[in-house]
Amino acid sequence: MPFAIVLKISFSDVDLAIPPYKPLLEWVGKNSLAIKVNFNNYAFLFTDSLYLHAFANSLKVAFLSTLMCLILGYPMAYGIARARPSLRNVLLLLVILPFWTSLLLRVYAWIGLLKANGVINNVLMSLGVIHEPLTMLYTPFAMYVGIVYSYLPFLILPLYANLEKMDWQLLEAAEDLGCRPWQAFYKITLPLSRNGILAGSMLVFIPAVGEFVIPALLGGPNALMIGRVLWDEFFANRAWPVASAVAILLLILLVPFMMWYQSVQARETAGGR
Amino acid sequence: MTASAGGVVKAQPWNDPSARPYVEVERISKSFGDFKAVNDVSLKVYKGEIFCLLGASGCGKTTLLRMLGGFETPTSGKILIDGEDMTGVPPYERPVNMMFQSYALFPHMTVAQNVAFGLKQDRLPKPEIQERVATMLDLVKMSDFAKRRPHQLSGGQRQRVALARALVKRPKLLLLDEPLGALDKKLREHTQFELISLQDKLGVTFIVVTHDQEEAMTLASRIGVMNHGEIVQAGTPSEIYEFPGSRFVADFVGSVNMFEGKLIEDEPDYVRIGSPELGGTIFVSHGISAPPEAIVWAAVRPEKIFMSTVAPQDGTDNLVRGTVQDIAYLGDLSIYLVKLPTGKVVRVTQPNTSRHAEAISWDQQVYLSWDATSPVVVTR
Repeated sequence: MPFAIVLKISFSDVDLAIPPYKPLLEWVGKNSLAIKVNFNNYAFLFTDSLYLHAFANSLKVAFLSTLMCLILGYPMAYGIARARPSLRNVLLLLVILPFWTSLLLRVYAWIGLLKANGVINNVLMSLGVIHEPLTMLYTPFAMYVGIVYSYLPFLILPLYANLEKMDWQLLEAAEDLGCRPWQAFYKITLPLSRNGILAGSMLVFIPAVGEFVIPALLGGPNALMIGRVLWDEFFANRAWPVASAVAILLLILLVPFMMWYQSVQARETAGGR
Repeated sequence: MTASAGGVVKAQPWNDPSARPYVEVERISKSFGDFKAVNDVSLKVYKGEIFCLLGASGCGKTTLLRMLGGFETPTSGKILIDGEDMTGVPPYERPVNMMFQSYALFPHMTVAQNVAFGLKQDRLPKPEIQERVATMLDLVKMSDFAKRRPHQLSGGQRQRVALARALVKRPKLLLLDEPLGALDKKLREHTQFELISLQDKLGVTFIVVTHDQEEAMTLASRIGVMNHGEIVQAGTPSEIYEFPGSRFVADFVGSVNMFEGKLIEDEPDYVRIGSPELGGTIFVSHGISAPPEAIVWAAVRPEKIFMSTVAPQDGTDNLVRGTVQDIAYLGDLSIYLVKLPTGKVVRVTQPNTSRHAEAISWDQQVYLSWDATSPVVVTR
């Protein structure tokens, strides 16, 4: 239902009314019903480079965040999967623990860490590594830190579930057949954990594209992401139809990724590799 | 010449002091924390042998094998393969391949890719890889399955692929960890002989770990019986079976009736043992080295005991009377459990050579006897 309403609004025209859009269906005269489908909202998105730019930027940020999550998360998932069983649960708990507090709180905590007179700068200054505070808050750096930090568990958990099923004797077999440990990792572990990598990446990438809170709080004014644009259109401009169009377009953009994720999941549960 | 089927070694290099061992394990130990998995083991294996490490689970046989493969670092001692010290040499640089108990086939590769893996790793030219893979698959009769994935194969087929993958690199030494453990009995028997003929063809030295004494007897040129991290006895299968050096070996390899007793006569060419457990005396036609009046054990194999319903004519040695307590008919042979007046239960096996043998049945009085050459006297 909400989706149908959004879809409907995206095809209607702006109006100074409450709610601020014109109805799609209108009684014209006595017995005729007019359907006014308005593609202008979509057309508008393509005429103003701001929107395309925001879309592209969102994809870029999401992609880079996913990549960074992967680089950080793979060794962590691998480490947990290879840890002693008793230690494993503790490590997993540490990964999940942050979820028990609100995302907003955690992002505000990062503000406290990153700001000019925040924890990190203070420590670095007192250690004499730097002499004046680094500008970290309201930069892309802060935004990436926030996104990677928030979404890392989404990557680690499916990857861990995948790696945990792995038969480690395969690595010994590979070494026995002449592989150095890193070659064995590259030729055996990596291909066998492909489904876990894909599943985890999609779980990070899809929500990261539409991420609003983190770029708004940590990223500063230049972090133009599509979630932010959506927010501005909706609340600042009161342009519900355009905002809806943005939402629909975002959805269309993400559908292929979601389908991909679904098929990976299906393959994973089917057990076929 | 032994009755052993295993191994291309028809001569007996282990009895020849001038023969050069191919694999030399020198006083090797491995501890995990306080636990001594392998304790001061020395071993010489000769080229072309199938050497079986036989023992119950936890006796250290797999740890020893893994040290040969380079997967465990010995706490002390060293291993030489073909004269080269293997200390500190990682698995990927050893001239050794291993067939894992779980087979450890790569699930994301086809049979052919699995077999080719080690050769690709050595960067051999493509045509040579293809040729060697094809030859090897042919040898293990898996050519028709080259494009299959491991999960599409049966247990026996996987075993053959694992074997092919380990052998295709032409290792100096092949380590096999319970190679037939995952197969059912019929297939196992069949595969044992295949394994021997394959080894015969390729001349690769095998070291096999197994807990199955029948498997060890069939495969091995020599068996090393392991217990608590030590090799308690090494020898050909018939030596191990007929001349066990201790109660443990006698009991572990095959089944045996063990009679505890005291030496009452100790001559160079015979001994007589008084055994309260048996309720009689045991006469053994060979001398042993033990202090007089020592406690010894006479081991008599079940198939070397004669059983009859009438008393044999001669003597009082090696003769005892009992009651049949239980019978297990196995088709080719029957196992009888005979209870002696002393309470000891003796195991006797008799081949069912005739289809209409006069049956000895439950609760019947029988006489058990054996030749003076049959008992093995052990002192520990």
